[in-house]
Amino acid sequence: MAQITYREALNQALREELDRDERVFIMGEEVGYFGGAFKVTDGLLAVYGEKRVRDTPIAELTIAGAGVGAAMGGLKPIVELMTINFGLLAMDQIVNHAAKIHYMFGGRAKVPLVIRAPQGAGHQLGAQHSQSLEAYFLHCPGLLVAIPATPADAKGLLKSCIRQDNPVIFLEHESLYGVKGDVPEGEYLTPLGQASVLREGKDITIVSYSKCVYDAVAAAEALENEGVDAEVIDLRTLNPLDTATVVESVRKTGKAMVVYEGWRTGGAGAEIAAQIYEAAFDHLDAPVERVATLDTPIPYNARLEKAALPGAADIVKVAERMV
Amino acid sequence: MDLGKDKMLEMYRMMTRIRLFETQVRDLATASEIPGFVHVSIGEEASATGVCAALRPADRITSTHRGHGHLIAKGGRLDRMMAEIFGKRTGYCKGKGGSMHIVDFSLGILGANGIVGGGIPIATGSALAAVVTQRDEVTACFFGDGASNEGTFHESLNLAAVWKLPVIYVCENNGFGEFTPMQTVTSVTDIAVRAQAYGIPGIVIDGNDVLEVYRCASEAIARARAGEGPTLIECKTYRWEGHVVGEQAFLGKASYRSEEEVAEWKARCPLIRFEKFAAESGMISAAELKKIRAETEVELEAAVKFARESPLPDPAEVTDDVFSG
Ligand SMILES: Cc1ncc(C[n+]2csc(CCOP(=O)(O)OP(=O)(O)O)c2C)c(N)n1
Ligand SMILES: [Mg+2]
Repeated sequence: MAQITYREALNQALREELDRDERVFIMGEEVGYFGGAFKVTDGLLAVYGEKRVRDTPIAELTIAGAGVGAAMGGLKPIVELMTINFGLLAMDQIVNHAAKIHYMFGGRAKVPLVIRAPQGAGHQLGAQHSQSLEAYFLHCPGLLVAIPATPADAKGLLKSCIRQDNPVIFLEHESLYGVKGDVPEGEYLTPLGQASVLREGKDITIVSYSKCVYDAVAAAEALENEGVDAEVIDLRTLNPLDTATVVESVRKTGKAMVVYEGWRTGGAGAEIAAQIYEAAFDHLDAPVERVATLDTPIPYNARLEKAALPGAADIVKVAERMV
Repeated sequence: MDLGKDKMLEMYRMMTRIRLFETQVRDLATASEIPGFVHVSIGEEASATGVCAALRPADRITSTHRGHGHLIAKGGRLDRMMAEIFGKRTGYCKGKGGSMHIVDFSLGILGANGIVGGGIPIATGSALAAVVTQRDEVTACFFGDGASNEGTFHESLNLAAVWKLPVIYVCENNGFGEFTPMQTVTSVTDIAVRAQAYGIPGIVIDGNDVLEVYRCASEAIARARAGEGPTLIECKTYRWEGHVVGEQAFLGKASYRSEEEVAEWKARCPLIRFEKFAAESGMISAAELKKIRAETEVELEAAVKFARESPLPDPAEVTDDVFSG
């Protein structure tokens, strides 16, 4: 195992897939000469050339739509949206086109398109640059949603996404790029739709994904000192959603909390909670709780921003109340 | 066009306020006293100033991520702007907006904007509101060369042309969108030619010559007021500083422009240009300009002091203002 960053892990995945399949190419704003706004595509232009690593104008709707068309034309595009906030400009092509083409055309056309985008808050970038929008995509049938927390999953999931034939929204967290973790040597794929149990426990199930996984683990460690044994599950993908792993855990613990950086209302946590109720109602000893971002645009001031976002302390507080 | 001395001095004061404010913001960000994601407009003072000087107080503007200059030129207060960038309660947006979202509606400023091209339809709608309510107001819409590749630019020009809206579209072409040279991602050399596609006038001007900007903006504004519809004005200019303050840390050794190019544009400094003009015209003395600089330094110093000493917002305010009423 090598210790590499989330950013390096993504970069490796891209290199390996560019090497493996000549239909794979990358396009987006600043992805070529400057290696991406978060340096994920660093060095790729020099190796793969301008045909396969394309700098685009600032035109998100058309970048995404060109990805759809190129995918229908036999290529395997990887589109980078500089951040998911700008991805909102691309929503029509993602929701009305990418997500529907296979179904609407009776299964006759494929859209093997991966749209990568960083998201998340925590850097005082203000309301338009700090959003976590996974729920928007989770809501839309026909889109896969991958949202890795660790370098190993970032690499393995991205490779799996590139190799399958459906449109995927691949959401990275801006705060995770520099995070290091063990990544297996050599070729491996992480399957879509398999949660990972990061920590076993018997008292409460903490379900999370993306950056909040780290807060969940930190909270579980703090809770351990108080004699509370928390299980932490990283979902890794939201569609497909690994309800089975979550339900199995809840059957054991009888208590569940979902932790995520999207807005609390209508967030992925609402869906996960509903699925827990549907599948494990009789096993629950307490209502499922959500620890998430307050229902406000993300404020600029650091104190306010911190108040808006979920953190380990919030998880501990809610867990204490539940057990 | 006879500008009159007062107008000229006012424009020099605005350019000086922008230059000193932006330089201060750059230095504060470099020193990490303010969060390091600020876009400054040093070198681009003339386009903001010339356009806003041609507007009336009731006229409106929309701005961009690089918006401090536009706001100052439309009358924004340095102290409340600085306080906002410091994230203080006394800032224009109570510390909730930050550098990319400063606003003062009482001055006709409809907001800086973190979304490239996001202000263009808003300016178009603002002009529509003026028509519908029969207010004699023009909206000036600032945006960059990069933004002119977004759909909002094209859709807005078409709509404003069809409805003959009182709006002027001001493209500040500084040659780059972030680190990407404009020519590598743009189909034309002059953004202004895109006006032809929408049947409206498009002109290219020297964006570092505040007098030329003022003259051309005045004509376009007069057209808009007369109900003749929008104009696209392309101001050729250059940003001296990075796309964001501190970009060197991100870029490493890579660079996207030559030192010679930066030096060439610094030689075309809008302020020095004006100072030369003033000296040659004999209308304005060096002492008058010096006095403006000195007064602006005092104003800026007070603004920084105000920002530093202002209270932070209370965490309980985080959920305030999601809705009005
Ligand atoms: C819709 C959208 N896409 C991308 C970005 C990221 N971004 C911020 S500024 C910028 C470049 C804008 O270039 P230009 O319009 O020429 O303005 P300049 O920065 O040169 O003043 C980009 C790509 C954004 N903020 N919004
Ligand atoms: Mg530009």
